[in-house]
Amino acid sequence: MDEIDRKIINHLQDGFPICELPYQVVATELGLTEAVLIERLKRLLETDILSRFGPMYHAEKMGGELTLAAVKAPQQQFQQIAEIINAMPEIAHNYARNHQLNMWFVIATDKAERLSDVIQEIEQKTALTVYNMPKIKEYFVGLKLEA
Amino acid sequence: MIDFTDRQLIEVLQDGLAKVSRPYALIGQQLDITEDEVIVRLTRLKQLGLIKRLGVIVNHGKLGYRSNAMVVFDVPNYLVAQIAGHVSQLSFVNLCYLRPRGGEQWPYNLYCMIHGKNREKVLQQLEHLIDCCGLSSIKREVLFSRKCFKQRGAIYKVSLEQKKVVSDG
Repeated sequence: MDEIDRKIINHLQDGFPICELPYQVVATELGLTEAVLIERLKRLLETDILSRFGPMYHAEKMGGELTLAAVKAPQQQFQQIAEIINAMPEIAHNYARNHQLNMWFVIATDKAERLSDVIQEIEQKTALTVYNMPKIKEYFVGLKLEA
Repeated sequence: MIDFTDRQLIEVLQDGLAKVSRPYALIGQQLDITEDEVIVRLTRLKQLGLIKRLGVIVNHGKLGYRSNAMVVFDVPNYLVAQIAGHVSQLSFVNLCYLRPRGGEQWPYNLYCMIHGKNREKVLQQLEHLIDCCGLSSIKREVLFSRKCFKQRGAIYKVSLEQKKVVSDG
């Protein structure tokens, strides 16, 4: 990854235009050619430096639901429980964290009413209590990470 | 508010935007609508806020952001809005949410995320946060991530009922 890649990553975290020639527009802003931008973007995706390139949808406005949840997974079964939880398509993120509540995941469902089913399913499959901590209020979201 | 074509667009687009000169024309071909219509519809979905953002999501770890701290505070309810306002001003805070407390063992309600390249730096930033937001006497815990198992967006599908309505009509 070089300076040009960093410029591309930082720029595209702020958005991507919706117009006929969006890559051309971005390339011009970055002082690159369209072909170079597209090539580099492909490589950044292939090498998994970028995990996604596309839309971020607003779960609730889409009729879906999103929540943060956690379980206390016993150390001996930790990997197995991670596998069960990650195998579910509704799990968007999953992190191991240093606490008694040691596995923290985001559940995203495309229908609001599906959320409680997913939680119940996790509880059944893992025999653990799911701590559900849905968002009450969002004060700030600014997930831009400088490359 | 949104129709079947919008839903199709949403579904097609979630796999990512094609890396070709005119990606919206390509989507139009898939859905049998014009490039212009794709552009108009996507612009509208963005204005309505259904699309929060179009762009890239970085792989935190690969960019060197390996110290990701979730800091939780037990803030008295009457102080939450004020404190969250201060916390949100800090440039190193990536997320700030109010969530329900989870009983005696988990009395925390204010969640802040700090993504950093090393733990020492993140802990310094946290100290700064505690100082300048007047949180020193507030009960807190810091949960660093040990491992990221999964990181991706939600999955949206065109609902079957809606497909049926269209095919019947």
